[in-house]
Amino acid sequence: MHEHDVLVVGAGGAGLRAAIAAHEEGADVAMVTKLHPVRSHTGAAEGGINAALHPEDSWELHAYDTMKGSDYLGDAPAVETFAQDAPDEVIQLEHWGMPFSREEDGTVSQRPFGGLSHPRTTYAGAETGHHLLHTMYEQVVKRGITVYEEQQVLDLAVTDHDDVEDRECHGVVAYDIASGEIRGYRATDGVILATGGPGQVFDHTTNAVANTGDGYAMAYRAGVPLEDMEFVQFHPTTLPSTGVLISEGVRGEGGILYNDEEERFMFEYGYANNEGELASRDVVSRAELTEVNEGRGIEDEYVHLDMRHLGEERILDRLENILHLAEDFEGVDGLDEPMPVKPGQHYQMGGVECNENGQTCIDGLYAAGETACVSLHGANRLGGNALPELLVFGARAGKHAAGGDMKDAEIPTGPSAESEAGDLPDDIEIGAVDAGGESVAADGAAVDAETVVEAEVQRQQERVDRLLEEDGINHAQVRDDIQQTMTANVNVFRREDNLKEALDDIREARERYRHVAASDPSRTYNTDLMHTMETRNIIDIAEAITVGALAREEFRGAHWREQYQERRDDEWLKHTMLAWSDGNPELYYKPVLLEGEKEYEPKERSY
Amino acid sequence: MSTQIEQEQTEEQTDAEAAEPAEQSPQERRLSEKKARAEAREREEQAREEVRDADETVRIKVFRYDPEVEGKEEPRFDDFQVPFFKGMTVLDALIYARDHYDSSLTFRHSCRQAVCGSDALFVNGQQRLGCKTQMADLDDPVRIEPLPHQDVVKDLVVDMEHFYEQMHAVEPYFQPDELPEGEREEQRQSPENREKVKMSTRCIWCGACMSSCNIAAGDNEYLGPAAINKAYRFAMDEREGEIQKEDRLEIIEQEHGVWRCQTQFSCTEVCPKDIPLTEHIQELKREAVKSNLKFW
Ligand SMILES: Cc1cc2nc3c(=O)[nH]c(=O)nc-3n(C[C@H](O)[C@H](O)[C@H](O)COP(=O)(O)OP(=O)(O)OC[C@H]3O[C@@H](n4cnc5c(N)ncnc54)[C@H](O)[C@@H]3O)c2cc1C
Ligand code: SF4
Ligand code: FES
Repeated sequence: MHEHDVLVVGAGGAGLRAAIAAHEEGADVAMVTKLHPVRSHTGAAEGGINAALHPEDSWELHAYDTMKGSDYLGDAPAVETFAQDAPDEVIQLEHWGMPFSREEDGTVSQRPFGGLSHPRTTYAGAETGHHLLHTMYEQVVKRGITVYEEQQVLDLAVTDHDDVEDRECHGVVAYDIASGEIRGYRATDGVILATGGPGQVFDHTTNAVANTGDGYAMAYRAGVPLEDMEFVQFHPTTLPSTGVLISEGVRGEGGILYNDEEERFMFEYGYANNEGELASRDVVSRAELTEVNEGRGIEDEYVHLDMRHLGEERILDRLENILHLAEDFEGVDGLDEPMPVKPGQHYQMGGVECNENGQTCIDGLYAAGETACVSLHGANRLGGNALPELLVFGARAGKHAAGGDMKDAEIPTGPSAESEAGDLPDDIEIGAVDAGGESVAADGAAVDAETVVEAEVQRQQERVDRLLEEDGINHAQVRDDIQQTMTANVNVFRREDNLKEALDDIREARERYRHVAASDPSRTYNTDLMHTMETRNIIDIAEAITVGALAREEFRGAHWREQYQERRDDEWLKHTMLAWSDGNPELYYKPVLLEGEKEYEPKERSY
Repeated sequence: MSTQIEQEQTEEQTDAEAAEPAEQSPQERRLSEKKARAEAREREEQAREEVRDADETVRIKVFRYDPEVEGKEEPRFDDFQVPFFKGMTVLDALIYARDHYDSSLTFRHSCRQAVCGSDALFVNGQQRLGCKTQMADLDDPVRIEPLPHQDVVKDLVVDMEHFYEQMHAVEPYFQPDELPEGEREEQRQSPENREKVKMSTRCIWCGACMSSCNIAAGDNEYLGPAAINKAYRFAMDEREGEIQKEDRLEIIEQEHGVWRCQTQFSCTEVCPKDIPLTEHIQELKREAVKSNLKFW
């Protein structure tokens, strides 16, 4: 068994930042990650990092924009902490040598992004994430932080107290991909989940194949509630064939959207009369799909994004990477022709419930980055707000886990934060059909940490042996069924009967999943086995998203419902919470906190 | 193609028969097995149908090797016939073969957009990223092998440990002379200097260059193009001072450093990020000479 003070699961932006912070606090920290750190999906981020750096800008303005962008579903303590810490984090990166794009005077450049009242997006060409990821990995190398790479964490080692808030997390159990061994990792001070997004729940996504939402599912099964999962961001500009992202930077620099009739539809049809192409992502995604649905799409599928008028020099300077992406993945020369684009799954606003210090309701378990929901993005995330999030809250989680001196958090977590129980229609059935790999180990408080980890190792060993040795169906079809039904039924536009249909399909996938097995019997680099285990997580997350979508009977941010075409503040200024509770998902609500240092009054969002 | 699949199934069966049933009742287990067989047949049938109906198909010849599994410990090539679609990449073809014919087919991949660097492969005799290489641009049949000169773990997966070690050997982190005074003050960098190091910062650690290099193949200790390029990124940054630069030049000047490079350009040719590697190595050689002269 490996033992460290702090364990960070995942080595993308959030994980790396958390590890560095814990190390700076003097902890013995190690990272356990499915991919080598530089392979993490943070490397794909293009557009930039928001931070109020300019004298005319301020954290208050950034906080206000973020709250408005969230459609007033962000929690003020999260939003304010974020806006206050972001500038220091960006400058810290600069000091670590991140190759930011620069102004003539050598200071870092900032550009406009959707939904921002000031140009506050710092960037490094159109490959910001690549540079951020590598710069932070360099710091990890410099500090000699231990990295266990190509280790797929299968579950958490958590005590099994009845009350979730009494539970403790003592470590994790991972599958060593190269050797097939099951390994226990014990953390004396804390485990930080930083496993990134769940894009693979959908069939058309900007996310990497490794983004199967493992962290959400592991925390959920251990008893931590998932918060606001219905809010899935669809990015308006992805390439139709692959889902590869065309950065918002293109619109930030002045790129224009056209429909089949060559109309600038954002203005022409009044989707966003002031901001046009730079309205927030939910607005633009719906506009594009409406164009397609009303017959003004190109090949009934997509619209055009044109950047030719920006001129070759500007494009090469600021968006060069976009030219390569359009060329390599769609065969289009962005200097000569407009690029085809359509909305694609991009980001999960909801996630593992935690507070400003990254703590979940289970002692010793933290979450950071896209996996987490501190409740910063609410119903809609502004472009350029995810990278600073993983810096700010990654650092805070790392520091707190390592015992750093920090103010107590203001955001309440866990079932005791419940303000109201939720109920779901009787005609749906959700939850476990004994799908295997349940979490929650050992027998209560008396058991020591090592036994908890060992018991979980045992459980996972049995699970893996079973998957390897028995005959069963291949997971690929089950995964594909989930992706198809989510794309067809829980996409940008949502209708009640579709949501129910999706839940039926998910139920069926759970049944089928009972019969899966890996057909590759090898213990060496068995990706068949890895993907089989990931598919379990995909099923749980798909269900959480759909249940949330069915529960929330209003139209807010990215969440559109056919029957409910209005934001209903009187009833819905609250977070949807889903708790697994040993296989029986329970729905409840907790109120949104609109008061921090400032007060945020919900207003109509107009762009 | 089909013989290979049949062979696979027999293997599984023997394995499964030997295994103790865990938790499932015998009846449930039989049901699972029956379902599995039906499903496998269905998948294969579906693939055959797709191949039959496709306007165009392509053939891939894929290197196979698994030290663990009987019958696979001898390296061999498997053929897969895959329906072709416009825009299909080498990675797409591999995924199709894995999901329809043989789920044990093993390769690394993640981003599908040429940034994670995990799917560098040897395709028709050249190092390339699977996700960035169009099938339409290649001669049929397309031969897919693991990166040469690296230890093969299984099928197309190679051991990257040595590559990472070489990257780490050049102190791959920024060491500026001093940090600016004052809170939130940037270390200014001129646009020209940023332009100079720009290309060098694009490396995605895919290992293609190292695998293409004859020198690296013959000298295991040679730092190799990617690591030297990483050193270039920092040595050429105007914000790292003279002393630091000297230290960096010393690292890359060691016995297995820049002087080993024989300017064959193969690294530059294969780099998927178009980094002028050979040029960077040459420039560092010149810098090293200059700095040595200075001390004479
Ligand atoms: C194409 C694209 C462009 C984007 N552009 C921007 C942008 O311009 N600005 C912005 O602010 N945001 C952007 N975003 C969003 C932002 O990049 C992501 O939200 C963020 O990078 C996620 O970082 P992360 O550290 O949480 O996760 P990731 O970077 O995805 O890292 C996850 C880590 O967890 C590991 N992991 C996963 N599962 C397991 C497991 N079971 N066991 C062990 N390890 C595991 C992986 O190996 C990986 O190291 C973009 C996102 C995408 C997809
Ligand atoms: S220099 Fe190019 S070929 Fe070499 S590892 Fe980096 S990206 Fe790959
Ligand atoms: S899959 Fe990431 S580089 Fe090809």
